[in-house]
Amino acid sequence: MGFGALMIPSSLLAGNAIDPAQALLEGMDVGMKKQLSDVALTAARAKGATYADVRIGRYLNQFITTREKRVQGISNTESFGVGIRVIANGSWGFAASNVVTKEDIIKTAERAVAVAKANAKITTEPVQLAPQKGFGDVSWKTPIEKNAFEIPVKDKVDLLLKVNDIALQGGANFVNSAIMAVNEQKYFASTDGSYIDQDIHRIYPFFNVTQIDKATGKFQTRRSLSSPVGMGYEYLNAAGNNKVTGVVTRYKDRYDILEDVKNATADVAQKIKAKTVEPGKYDLVLDPSHLWLTIHESVAHPTELDRVLGYEANYAGTSFLTLDKWKSKNFQFGSKLVNIVADKLQPGSLGAVGYDDEGVKCKEWDLIKEGVLVNYQAIRDQAHIIGLKESQGCCYAQSWEDVQFQRMPNVSLKPGTTPLSVDDMIKNVEKGIYIIGDGSFSIDQQRYNFQFGGQLFYEIKDGKIAGMLKDVAYQANTQEFWNSCTAIADKNDYRLGGAFNDGKGQPGQSNAVSHGSSTARFNGVNVINTARKI
Amino acid sequence: MAILKQDEAQALLKKVLSFSKADECEVSLKGREGGNIRYARNAVSTAGDISTITLTINATFGKRTGRTTINEFDDASLEKAVRRAEELAQLAPEDPEYMPLQGPQTFKESITYVPATAAITPDTRAAAVAKSIQVSKDAKLEAAGFLENTTSFDALMNSKGLFAYNTDTDIIFSITTRNQAGTGSGYAARGYNDVSKLDTFTATQIAASKANGSANAKAIEPGKYTVILEPVAAAYMMENMFRGLDARNADEGRSFMSKPGGGNRIGEQLMDEKVTIYSDPFHPELPAATWNSDGQPQEKINWIEKGVVKNLAYSRFWAQKKGVKPVPGPSNIIMEGGTASLDELIKSTERGILVSRLWYIRMVDPQTLLLTGLTRDGTFYIENGVIKHPIKNFRFNESPVIMLNNVEALGKPERTISVESYRSYLIPPMKLRDFTFTSLSDAV
Repeated sequence: MGFGALMIPSSLLAGNAIDPAQALLEGMDVGMKKQLSDVALTAARAKGATYADVRIGRYLNQFITTREKRVQGISNTESFGVGIRVIANGSWGFAASNVVTKEDIIKTAERAVAVAKANAKITTEPVQLAPQKGFGDVSWKTPIEKNAFEIPVKDKVDLLLKVNDIALQGGANFVNSAIMAVNEQKYFASTDGSYIDQDIHRIYPFFNVTQIDKATGKFQTRRSLSSPVGMGYEYLNAAGNNKVTGVVTRYKDRYDILEDVKNATADVAQKIKAKTVEPGKYDLVLDPSHLWLTIHESVAHPTELDRVLGYEANYAGTSFLTLDKWKSKNFQFGSKLVNIVADKLQPGSLGAVGYDDEGVKCKEWDLIKEGVLVNYQAIRDQAHIIGLKESQGCCYAQSWEDVQFQRMPNVSLKPGTTPLSVDDMIKNVEKGIYIIGDGSFSIDQQRYNFQFGGQLFYEIKDGKIAGMLKDVAYQANTQEFWNSCTAIADKNDYRLGGAFNDGKGQPGQSNAVSHGSSTARFNGVNVINTARKI
Repeated sequence: MAILKQDEAQALLKKVLSFSKADECEVSLKGREGGNIRYARNAVSTAGDISTITLTINATFGKRTGRTTINEFDDASLEKAVRRAEELAQLAPEDPEYMPLQGPQTFKESITYVPATAAITPDTRAAAVAKSIQVSKDAKLEAAGFLENTTSFDALMNSKGLFAYNTDTDIIFSITTRNQAGTGSGYAARGYNDVSKLDTFTATQIAASKANGSANAKAIEPGKYTVILEPVAAAYMMENMFRGLDARNADEGRSFMSKPGGGNRIGEQLMDEKVTIYSDPFHPELPAATWNSDGQPQEKINWIEKGVVKNLAYSRFWAQKKGVKPVPGPSNIIMEGGTASLDELIKSTERGILVSRLWYIRMVDPQTLLLTGLTRDGTFYIENGVIKHPIKNFRFNESPVIMLNNVEALGKPERTISVESYRSYLIPPMKLRDFTFTSLSDAV
């Protein structure tokens, strides 16, 4: 299509032109999306596709960033387009375009088929898709109370500048704060007969407080203990029952950013004066605000079936959880206390949607049961490899312009079934470190060897918190680490952590994912000191 | 068609600016088209053909700026987007650091566009991958790889009369080969503006040789070792340092470039005198755009010269505050080296470790630039100038600043890519003493 056509949209379906201004404000009408999807599916079939799916997506992002007394940026982005995936001659093909007209959709579908046919020439095994019934016309929406995009920008700016003011008044040298809001309006249709309309919301408020020690020229930081969540602006409205008190207040389901920044400013001053850690073996007590990342890297990634099979070998890596370990039904991934589930259902989680990006209804399933590896994360073209009759529903594309593939659902450590509070857990630790908040992270390409930092480190001596530590990181082998899990707090302590930006794939794509847990104890973990001089 | 010619981009941006009622308005266009093909287990897994174009509008009233992006280009949508940016600007608080837009600038034409790369088709990609898969099959290995070509353009215009335009082509290729037993793995990565320089056959042969050579690795104790980093490993190790060449962070006291007691390290001998790092958008091996996103011309500039910090990037605001000239961030990164080949570096090593690739590097401490990560895809023990045997992978905790104080020798620079960002660099292989490995990894 030439440049002129880009400037003047051609007429759509039987003269029913889409008003672009209306699209900009309200998004394309569902009925129009259905008609255009049918155009795509018909065009793909006509060119020889045996399967096709189409995703018409409108992605809205708002990102407000501030530092100290200044608003650094107010960014509103909107991306609208169509991605078409087909199977032709047994191979996948994909093409995308941001011109969502009947003519261009036909061309995009034809491009997808051409890509598939080019690939088929060097394909030996045809794609095998797990059957999926069509759902007809269905919809799903994140159950939000307040749409973050409807909250005036000024309110958000005022809140962030108040956050910064509290930090500066408290003695911080620098403070950055931000609110990110995401709305994915996704329409999916496939030759299986599904027409799925979804409206997905996410939000992430966060800050970072920095204080410089004038005497040494060194600095310390403390990040917010918030989480990115699958919620609306109501996340920022915390009540007393959303607060977990202790050495520092942490948050469950809702977040009090003004309280947390006050605490962070006090923490960062304390961090400067904190004792540098003595390297050695410690029992670690890991708060959910920290443990989510350890779960993410050491459990959730190695149980991705595409990694296990070698599809990520060139980028994200493979996995030590090979099929023989799963087939043995006795591979002791962790101690008997360790039960890990995958899901895309948990309310408020980043993974929660009604249907995945290949039209599969979302569900929950076990990955690790009483410490034993029992399952993986699989999508439609992988299900048969592990003997499943249907996909587990964890296929995702970050945008209409990216091809969907297996992405991590929420992966969470189940709370302990015996009543146990964090205080009671700490009482039994002789020499330990209590870690809150996530920090530096790194793990090898098969997920054996990892190293994690954190935000706050407290020394535990003879069952009591003995003060703050700094320069702490722990290194471990995944299997040894999870087998050293000797206690998990009960469900009263269960909280979600997560990330907006889990990266995987080539070209790289981001996936938003949550990980839940209660505080857990791991015995005899190797701790290193990270202080250096340049 | 996502790639607009200069006159088309200029006409579109002029039209957008004509809708503006703001005091100042800056509009930019970014278009990208191309495709990719990904393979694993010696077969194609996914492939795509992508075409996108995005318009960004920054509208400013006084010191209040609002920003919108859009990818619909009819007049009504364009005007709506301009109004939206203006509404957001009215709502935005004043930015005390706002710098008035620059007037017209002179930019030299870049050498980043190669027509042959822009002409790549899905069949070209499939044929390049077929060669790679054949090498892997012949060597009884499993290949996983990725090839992506991109043609892009960027255009920038503002209400003060500045206009800039650039087109660029890029092709990247990376290949991992593993043996059936999962005991050996090899890797190679390439990135060029010109597709004719890409040889997927030879790159896969190198990866295959590493895969077979790295099988049945022996464990040696972690500790401090002399290492030889191949360019692909060295580039990834130093990427965090390249991102930190910023004066403001340094002046504020929160960077490895901060001087103890205040200020930054410009003028200080921070690294070994063999280290010279610079940017040059006209380097024939690594061309770059001749202007930055701020509309400032990019020229050749030294960052580190013989180990001394020569320049740091100054935003227009920070430059004004400090009374210096603005310095745009690096257009590309080139590190000088010597003439030695990798083999010659190995021959000159009594005892050491050859590192083919590094993996999952993350910041541990930004003030010392302490990084952690692991070796991957071929780690070998060197004794008396020869590779003795493969060794198990290590985790390291090391700072590139400390590392570049321990330079024994630098080889001939090569164009390579970062395995995480896919950015291209011109980096020599480097021999370094006392590189700190802190634990062993079972990963292959």
